[in-house]
Order: sequence, then C-alpha cells, then structure tokens
Amino acid sequence: MKILLIQIVLIAVVVAVVARLFRSRGARAQAIRRLGLILFAGFAVVSILIPDVWNRIAHLVGVGRGTDMVLYALVVAFLSFTVTTYLRFRDLETRYTKLARRLALDEVRGDRALPDDGDEPPADDPPSPR
Amino acid sequence: MNEDVWLVVPLYNEATVIADVVRRAREVFPHVVCVDDGSADDSARLAAQAGAVVVRHPVNLGQGAALQTGFEYALSVPDMRWVVTFDADGQHQVEDVVAMLDLARAEGLDVVFGSRFLDDRTDAGLLKRAVLRMAVAYTNLTTRTKLTDAHNGLRLLSRDVVSRLQITQNRMAHASELVSQIGALDVRYAESPVHVLYTDYSRSKGQSLWNAVNILAELILR
Repeated sequence: MKILLIQIVLIAVVVAVVARLFRSRGARAQAIRRLGLILFAGFAVVSILIPDVWNRIAHLVGVGRGTDMVLYALVVAFLSFTVTTYLRFRDLETRYTKLARRLALDEVRGDRALPDDGDEPPADDPPSPR
Repeated sequence: MNEDVWLVVPLYNEATVIADVVRRAREVFPHVVCVDDGSADDSARLAAQAGAVVVRHPVNLGQGAALQTGFEYALSVPDMRWVVTFDADGQHQVEDVVAMLDLARAEGLDVVFGSRFLDDRTDAGLLKRAVLRMAVAYTNLTTRTKLTDAHNGLRLLSRDVVSRLQITQNRMAHASELVSQIGALDVRYAESPVHVLYTDYSRSKGQSLWNAVNILAELILR
C-alpha cells in the first residue's frame, strides 16, 4: 500500500488531538466518552489509510458517495457538539451565578451585621472594620 | 409608613441618575436595595451615599440575576412584607408604586404588575409598542396569565411570592420567566397603570428592539 503525504499529516493531526484531549482531567463519566473517542480515532486512521471504507458505508446506508457521507456525519457531529457545549455553558453559568450571589450577599451581611440569617453561625468573630 | 416595603433596584452603569432615583424613592420608601451588577462606573458608591443598601455582584451577571440577588437580600430582612422591583434609570414613578400598594392592600392581592398600556400616559413609539404587544401575546399564550404588559420592570410582590420565585434566566428573558412562575403559583394578581417615562437618557440606554429576538431564543432554548 502506498502511503501519501496527506495521510501521514492527517494521522498526525488525529493523534495530536486525541493526546491533547486525554491530558484534560475528568471523572469516571468521561471514560465512556474516551472509549468512544478511541474508536473514533481508530476509525479515522482506518479511513485515512483505506478511504474506500467511507464509500462502502455510504452505499450501505444509501448515500451516493463516501465524501457526502463524511459531510453528513460532520454536520450531525457539529450540531451535537453545539448543543452539548451550549448546555454545558449554561450549567456552568448557573453555578457561577450562585457563587457570585453568595459572595455578594455574604459581603453585605458582613458589612452591615444584619441581625437575622438562620444559616450562619453566631457572630463570634470580631466586628468588621467599618 | 412603608417600613415593610423594600425596593429592589438592579443597577448597572447608571452613575448619572442613580443618586436622584434612590433619593426620590426614599422620600416615600425608606428601604432600597440596589444590586450593583458589576458596574464599571461610580454607581455603587453613589447609591450607597443616597442611602440605599448596596449588594455588589463581583462580576456582571445580568438583570435577572440581579433581581434574584435582591430578592434573597430582601428575604433576609424579617419584617419585609412587600418587594417592589424598580428600574435604576428613572423610568418609574414612585406615585405609581404607592397606587400599586394601595391596590394590593385594599384587595388582598399577592402581585401587582405595572402596565404602561392601561392608560395613555406612556409615550412609547409605534414599533416599540408593537413589539411589546407581541411579547405580551407570546407570554399570555405560554403562561397561565392574562396581562397587557409583560415586560414592565415595575412590579409589586408579596413576601410569600418572592420566597417562592427562583429566577434562573440571567439575561433578558427573566421578565417572562417571572410572569410564568407567578402564573404557576396560583396567587391573586392584578395590573395597575404606570407611567414609564422615556427620557433622552433612558432612550439612549434603552434596549434595542433586537432584544426581542434574543428573549425569544432564550425562552425556547431554556
């Protein structure tokens, strides 16, 4: 089998992307995503070496050409990426808002020594400098 | 008089007007909490000088987040009975708040929404009027309420209602979210005519009508 330069470049890029992803820390839930990623990367290498595999998949599902198949897969993957990212960002924003709100309220309570606050320990710390 | 009323004022870069707004409000309502949403100017200091309690967000989070912070602050005051949401830019009239309180006290209501379309004091442009009408139609369609003006920043809420609200829409969609949460609470509400004063200042800062698109997107993708 003749190896083209583009194949070497593409394989290098795929490997680099995977390596970069694996360096990010994460929890157990990521394991499945990572296994999926390995399969994906493996398939990427296979499809670089044997481009015809896309044609075969395309014919299997009734798409004319392998390149069309790649495009469709890309559109779907990009959409799901957009949605997951949006949801993750909103999740993050909710947590970040709660954190900021807590800070803001604690600061003003410390300043003014508000009498109530059921959820705070009794004021045995020194009065705030004000 | 009015010791049990707290004005919640989301504050973001309003240094030119906030001192006047707070001072005028405090002639009738002594308790004002301004939630400074990460202003870059002197707003927070000026509000505090004018006699408001100032809660400062460490970073800008959006008006909805500021309202929720103000609610939580007001709930920490034991003898608070009423919360009024009030804009920082001087659009709202203190007399209107008095009328809303009278109405709520007389009729035993939990919520009074301000509406600029119940009389003809408010001078909104034709396009603005049309967009607000569409917003109201959408809100009435998707929530269990019937209102004439859903995106008015002037509202009166009882302590009970405030304690059951949880605004999660940090940005513009919070007004619709608030209406829909109140609609789901099954409490007694009414509308009261208010005069929204569009000054050159408020117009220059005013939300662009493009925001209607953003609000819709935020509501659909929630």
